[in-house]
Amino acid sequence: MDLLEYQGKQLFAKHGVPVPDGRPATTVPEAVEAAEELGYPVVIKAQVQIGGRGKAGGIKLAKDRAEAEEHAAAILGMDIRGFTVHELYVEKASEIDEEYYTAIVFDRSAKKPMAMLSRMGGMDVEEVADKDPEAMRMLHVDPLLGLQDFHGRRLAFESGIAEDVVRPVGAMLARLYDVFVREDATLVEVNPLLITKSREVVALDAKVTVDDNALFRHPDVAEMRDVSAEDPQERMAHERGLIYVKLDGNVGILGNGAGLVMSTLDVVAQAGGKPANFLDAGGGSKAEAITSAVEVILSDEKVKAVLFNIFGGITRCDEVARGLIEAFEQIKPDVPFVVRLDGTNDKEGRALLAEANLPNVHTEATMLGAAEKVVELAGAAA
Amino acid sequence: MAILVDQDTRLVVSGITGREGTFHSLRNRDYGTNVVAGVTPGKGGQDVDGIPVFNTLHDAVEQTAANTAMVFVPPRFAADSILEAEDAGIPLIITITEGIPAHDELRVYNHLKRGDSRLVGPNCPGILSPGKANVGIIPAQFFKEGNVGLVSRSGTLTYQIGNELAQRGFGNSSIVGIGGDPVPGSSFIDMLELFEADTETELIVMCGEIGGSAEEEAADYIEEHVSKPVLAYIAGFTAPPGKTMGHAGAIVSGSKGTAAAKAEALEAKGVRVGRNPTQVSEIAVEILGTRV
Repeated sequence: MDLLEYQGKQLFAKHGVPVPDGRPATTVPEAVEAAEELGYPVVIKAQVQIGGRGKAGGIKLAKDRAEAEEHAAAILGMDIRGFTVHELYVEKASEIDEEYYTAIVFDRSAKKPMAMLSRMGGMDVEEVADKDPEAMRMLHVDPLLGLQDFHGRRLAFESGIAEDVVRPVGAMLARLYDVFVREDATLVEVNPLLITKSREVVALDAKVTVDDNALFRHPDVAEMRDVSAEDPQERMAHERGLIYVKLDGNVGILGNGAGLVMSTLDVVAQAGGKPANFLDAGGGSKAEAITSAVEVILSDEKVKAVLFNIFGGITRCDEVARGLIEAFEQIKPDVPFVVRLDGTNDKEGRALLAEANLPNVHTEATMLGAAEKVVELAGAAA
Repeated sequence: MAILVDQDTRLVVSGITGREGTFHSLRNRDYGTNVVAGVTPGKGGQDVDGIPVFNTLHDAVEQTAANTAMVFVPPRFAADSILEAEDAGIPLIITITEGIPAHDELRVYNHLKRGDSRLVGPNCPGILSPGKANVGIIPAQFFKEGNVGLVSRSGTLTYQIGNELAQRGFGNSSIVGIGGDPVPGSSFIDMLELFEADTETELIVMCGEIGGSAEEEAADYIEEHVSKPVLAYIAGFTAPPGKTMGHAGAIVSGSKGTAAAKAEALEAKGVRVGRNPTQVSEIAVEILGTRV
């Protein structure tokens, strides 16, 4: 789960990472009130989960009440690369002397956390790596020991940051590592890490990703989920406990097991079709889950045909067939379905479907055959 | 021969009294696996259809000489259970549980690496050595003994590919699910090493997916250390970047972890990559000859 800047900064403040004073706001009067409280100049920042906010005009400096009002009104509702701005963060402006970059990331390959520091901040990390690979210093941290003082010192000296801030930057890294571990984050990124004119070290931005699997330990973070940013189909699936990812094609897909569903999308694409979604009905799918899944898939109006690709292990094909029959009774879909049932109780499942004689439901024996058929049907309907 | 689980397996199941734990423990026993014990704290002294239940893994090991653990407890207790099994000296720990926090997995992985216990999983379907033992949730009825070693990050996709191979007459030495999480206890490389040394295995099929760099690392390892033919399949060519495709580990981040990059890395080292599950079985026929 990706947090908005101000949510990340709330976690930073909780663990002693210095951040500028600020307040979130969802309306212009709220933003103006926040600015008045903080005292000018303030920075009004769009809260969206996408980079490049500044370039898009989503971050503006306000020197007085009139400017605060003007900028807040302009930024609220703005579209930044497909994300609508629903929230603002009003922050006391900082006097910038230098901008660094720092992050704690989860290195899957080494299976260890990795701390990173660069004296070239304020720009894209990839850009830094391109311009001067030596400028980005990285060190792995033993998760059983945690970040030690020497890690911070080494990174600070090797990255060539100003000597007077080596110690406070090291302290900042230690606190960011606390955020990383104690909040179950998989990414903590500060860009820019600011050195003010009075040589204070401050986190001017915050990018935090928290592990979804650990949210049970962090009810406060779980509440930060921004449902308004979610796609309506994805939200509906989430509420029903289904694993669904919206894509932009017209072939609805349902399968059991993440790997098989990914493979199904690929096979549909190979047959010349465009998948509309990823939907994993899960292991041991029961009839009820199948009915629910059909509703989610069909709530996407672009769907012209639906493919069920089931290999029954723990999942029983007769349960899947029952779910589909129930779905047809409840929803009466008007698009064709292609169903491929293989594995546990496949014969029973196919027999149930044959008996029900559902309108516009085609059964196929193989995954490839089913993919070709559904693409043909989606093409004919389009 | 087979790898990891066979007739010598003496299985203890952590979480045996849970609904899923009981169901699969009994299925594994029905298949012929020697299930010697179960563990549920507070239920020591009871039994599950004749399988004795202990309070701790240490008790179970002491009294039944269990040498393999299967972890079936809910995600928030799973790391503790794996560490308990390691502390009790169990050399092979197979974790089925899905949804374990990543930081728990990091600690467990780095701790186990310093000792002698091997972890397979988490978030995996387990290990099946047809005709010998089944530990986990793999539906054994589709597979028979044979010479193809299969290792996979996914469950149902493994069954799909295994079934395509079975329809062409191939059986399996062992089928290992290494799991779909970002920090799997065992990697493709660990399994490639075991299959290379296994006399029964003549072809190794590895089934990968988007996310991470395990397939790329396997490609380098194969070039250096594997003399047997290796055949691969990668799922997720159509996955968009930044979206987790069901498995916590299946996500394309930036330009990294794409299916195309993985297939390319494998092919560059001489590993043939099937473009769909059916093609995998066709290439297997080309390599090993017709079996039907």
